[in-house]
Amino acid sequence: MYEKDGEKYFIVDGHIHWWDASPENQKNKYGDGFIRCFYDYHKNLSPKEYVWPLEKYQKYSQEDLMHDLFEVGYVDVGIFQPTYLSDFYVEGFNTTERDAVLKEKYPDKFMLNTSFDPRYEQQGLEEFEEKVRRWNPKGVKLYTAEWKGDSKGWKLTDEWALKHLQKCLDLGVTNIHIHKGPTIWPLNKDAFDVSDVDDAATTFTDLKFIVEHVGLPRLEDFCWIAVQEPNVFGGLAVAMPFIHTRPRYFANLIGELLYWAGEDRILFSSDYALWQPKWLVEMFVDFQIPEDMQSELGELTPNIKRKILGVNAARLYDIPIPESMDVADEGTTPEITDKPPVPVGT
Amino acid sequence: MIERAALLAALSKVRDPELDEPLTDLGFVSALVEDEGRVTACLRLPTYFCAPNFAYLMVADAKTALLSIPGVTEVNVVLEDHFASDEINSGVGANETFRATFEGLANDELGDLRALFNRKAFLVRQEKLCREVLEAGGHPEDLPSLRLADLPSSRAAERYLERRAELGLDMSPGAPVVVTANGTRVAGTRIDEHLRFARTIRISVEGNAGLCRGLLATRYGNSGSKGVTI
Ligand SMILES: [Zn+2]
Repeated sequence: MYEKDGEKYFIVDGHIHWWDASPENQKNKYGDGFIRCFYDYHKNLSPKEYVWPLEKYQKYSQEDLMHDLFEVGYVDVGIFQPTYLSDFYVEGFNTTERDAVLKEKYPDKFMLNTSFDPRYEQQGLEEFEEKVRRWNPKGVKLYTAEWKGDSKGWKLTDEWALKHLQKCLDLGVTNIHIHKGPTIWPLNKDAFDVSDVDDAATTFTDLKFIVEHVGLPRLEDFCWIAVQEPNVFGGLAVAMPFIHTRPRYFANLIGELLYWAGEDRILFSSDYALWQPKWLVEMFVDFQIPEDMQSELGELTPNIKRKILGVNAARLYDIPIPESMDVADEGTTPEITDKPPVPVGT
Repeated sequence: MIERAALLAALSKVRDPELDEPLTDLGFVSALVEDEGRVTACLRLPTYFCAPNFAYLMVADAKTALLSIPGVTEVNVVLEDHFASDEINSGVGANETFRATFEGLANDELGDLRALFNRKAFLVRQEKLCREVLEAGGHPEDLPSLRLADLPSSRAAERYLERRAELGLDMSPGAPVVVTANGTRVAGTRIDEHLRFARTIRISVEGNAGLCRGLLATRYGNSGSKGVTI
């Protein structure tokens, strides 16, 4: 919970990690390259006083996480989004098993999501069912750029991906978080393209699709599908820290999201330990669209901030919110429309 | 001895297809040496995991651009510090296609990908141009009837026309300015939403360009943002 100027905010951090990218766990040069890439994001976009040494960034403790999120970071509930990267790390980068250690210790503090990889086909489907039975997750985190031997990625529209999504529906795992990355099959396509999410969201209208990083670097593709599919949401992981380094760009970004997706479908995330929720929450609550941009983008009210910081995610995950921090719907969501006639394709 | 300016001028024509900006402005060229017609150029990108298809395009385009300079006989473009450096450097070095460079991982060349991002770039430039026209006192209701011949001589107009010509769209003076990425005139009632979406692409691309510059500077120190210094 965060309180400022008499306003209270319930904080759900929609995307957190407890990873191990230490040299001992790195399988090859890609494991080293991956965490260094993360570290550059961390260093480039964090306020100086929040930058960690590389060694700590590679592997941080349970105590670090509990402190940064719950003791100083205002977070009420954090949602674990596992990222396996089994081709890069011996024990995986951040598996469900690893997150489960913390979930078992502090059951009320975390939502534990799991994951699947459709390329394991029938065996994967059975293992996924087993994971769901074991941990009872309400969501999955899918990384379509994950490498698996010769394969450099997959799409939500692949035959076995659809079977896994059907299984999610059957088992009541309704929140599908999708994270795109730089590779996919085939490599000649734009790996960041989210049109497969569009198709999956149309097929599975009872599942919610949360596009992580609000589609960045393809914000436009995300907005394009969000305006058409009511079950598509945007997670602000990676977008949030621009509030510090480039506040005018952040204003534009939030302006676009409010225009296309609306205030009910945007979820706050720190992507911890990429960034820490403390400064993100403080800055977001203080943030306002710059005056000269308000005629175009409008203003951020405390209620809009409350929805983004916690209410929207709490609804998706059935997390109870104290009444003083809940928000009644105000009917400000944009209408779902057909595809706007603005073809970028041929 | 070939003028260094000629080499840089050639490289300044090579763009990052996603960002629609020259490699030289982005600071992606880290070294450039020439010796009796043999040129070596080193490229570096903001992250180890930048998308390999765009990386391949930049390396291949840089090679083509340098080879087009009179007097240049041999070109070696080296992509540094990238997960696919080895594949791309040897693939482009041997004039292999993208498919052959990433055998089994690709099912086509990169023409469609490049064209898609050229169309996005065109819409972004169009939105900037329209914004400029309106800021200079133009009326929104006049946009549908705006012709190429009416355009001011400004940098935004120049940039718009450059990309428009590249897409092979109608360049005659009477052609409408506000068109879709395939050149179809946008009806007056649709112009608002057309430009609204183009604006979203602009914000996306501008945001990415800023992030790429920042990450490059973080990765390579402050010289990262200044471009080639040696
Ligand atoms: Zn993450």
